[in-house]
Amino acid sequence: MSDPKQTSWLGDILGSVSAMAGGFSTTFKHLFRKPITEEYPEYKRPLPERSRARIILTRDPDGDERCVACYLCSAACPVSCISMQSTEREDGRRYAAWFRINFGRCIYCGLCEEACPTSAIQLTPDFENCRRDILTMVFEKEDLLVDHGGKDKTYNFYRYAGVVSGKGGKGEHVKEKKAVDVKTNLP
Amino acid sequence: MIAWLVGFIVLIVKIAVVLGTLLFIAAYLVWVERKLLGRLQVRLGPNRAGKFGLLQPIADSLKMLTKEDIVPEAVDRTIFLLAPAVVALTALLMFAVVPFGEDITLGGRPIPLVISDINVALLFIFAMSSLGVYGVALGGWASNSKYSLLGGIRGAAQMISYELSIGLSLVPVVMLAGSFSLVDIVAAQARYPYVLVQPVSFIIFFISAMAESKRIPFDLPEAENELGAGFHTEYSGMRFGLFFIGEYVHIQVLGALLAVFFLGGWHGPYLPGPVWLLIKMMAVALVMIWIRGTLPRLRYDQLMAFGWKILVPAALINIVITGAFVLI
Ligand code: SF4
Ligand code: SF4
Repeated sequence: MSDPKQTSWLGDILGSVSAMAGGFSTTFKHLFRKPITEEYPEYKRPLPERSRARIILTRDPDGDERCVACYLCSAACPVSCISMQSTEREDGRRYAAWFRINFGRCIYCGLCEEACPTSAIQLTPDFENCRRDILTMVFEKEDLLVDHGGKDKTYNFYRYAGVVSGKGGKGEHVKEKKAVDVKTNLP
Repeated sequence: MIAWLVGFIVLIVKIAVVLGTLLFIAAYLVWVERKLLGRLQVRLGPNRAGKFGLLQPIADSLKMLTKEDIVPEAVDRTIFLLAPAVVALTALLMFAVVPFGEDITLGGRPIPLVISDINVALLFIFAMSSLGVYGVALGGWASNSKYSLLGGIRGAAQMISYELSIGLSLVPVVMLAGSFSLVDIVAAQARYPYVLVQPVSFIIFFISAMAESKRIPFDLPEAENELGAGFHTEYSGMRFGLFFIGEYVHIQVLGALLAVFFLGGWHGPYLPGPVWLLIKMMAVALVMIWIRGTLPRLRYDQLMAFGWKILVPAALINIVITGAFVLI
């Protein structure tokens, strides 16, 4: 109070009253603005492509399933909601005999997608996945498998991987050097 | 005997009408508040139950009534169960002395449009609002939880402090009207409402009464983001509903009292008395909603400083000045 530079109490009062008037006029003006509310079931805002919701298993450009049943996603999953059984085709290609995601437990963290070496498992923006019965939230491979490549249209794991399968033998993969004939290296 | 019986029936009918109106308006005041608050914040507000969300209050009350009435194990049972009723009851009882129109004549008998014209009505109102403090303080204490306790203590401190400035702000009104009876106070404002001669009292009363009804910016006893829900944290179902009803009835009472003391009560041109009172009540309620949509919550020290260092001295000075004018 002894500070001479301090404004008078009248100034204080006027200052706070004008500040309040500013606030009240702002809210009053808002009264006549169009609400910015988006009404959900009628209007569904298109979500960004990389939003994390319902999970799918995609296919490679050749139309074959991508998942090689490597268990990396199920190991990465913090809530352990992915389970599967791996098996092999005659040509040596691995795939999941069954593949199950329990969406009742999934927290949509996206770690499975990050872990996947084949771009097989992907999260989609489709978040409307609520069920009355929690048991119907368990999705089997048939429910998860889609017929497109999701966000990654081109990648095909077996075209790059150096393992022998129907997609190519030794030295026939993309960016793979010709197989070395060990016999020529003999002294 | 017959006359007594008729009088009794008329009284019951009046009480029923007033209670019904109050509770009905309380329900729809919630709707109005949510709608208006939404628009003030550029939202839509409830619009799902019925057209414009008009069935929302009904849906809400159904929800409240059918929810489980949880009584936590550690609470002081009797007080815990009674506290919400105290809040709602005192708010409703205050309306007993509010006049809402001119006497009407029915079958040769004059029927005063007030439930009870007692000569100390103003003191009755103070008594009721002081009792309302018990609902909050005891509800918070009996819940046996720290949030509730803090809310209850805050509520008690706040309401007692502001009771003082409410009382002092009304002294000039009593001096001008020369009566404690609300009927006389309204009658004294037949020519002009007291807000014109007592603007300072009006403002002090409005602010203190808002603090009394525990609404933003004075909602420290509830203070969702610090105290959970303050004194009613542990309440659920219809007991919580009673606190809720109490608050919204309190808003109406506040509007009615503001109208009675400063805005000329039911006096007004063209329209009948009760309609005018209702209009004034609603206007006050709308302003309160607007305030809620604008101001943030006060801090506890600000609240106390404002009450004791500004409102009470201002009210005292106002009394002295009014006294001088009345003497002259
Ligand atoms: S999104 Fe997260 S929680 Fe869901 S399956 Fe993938 S890793 Fe598990
Ligand atoms: S989805 Fe991907 S990470 Fe999971 S098992 Fe199949 S290939 Fe491996």
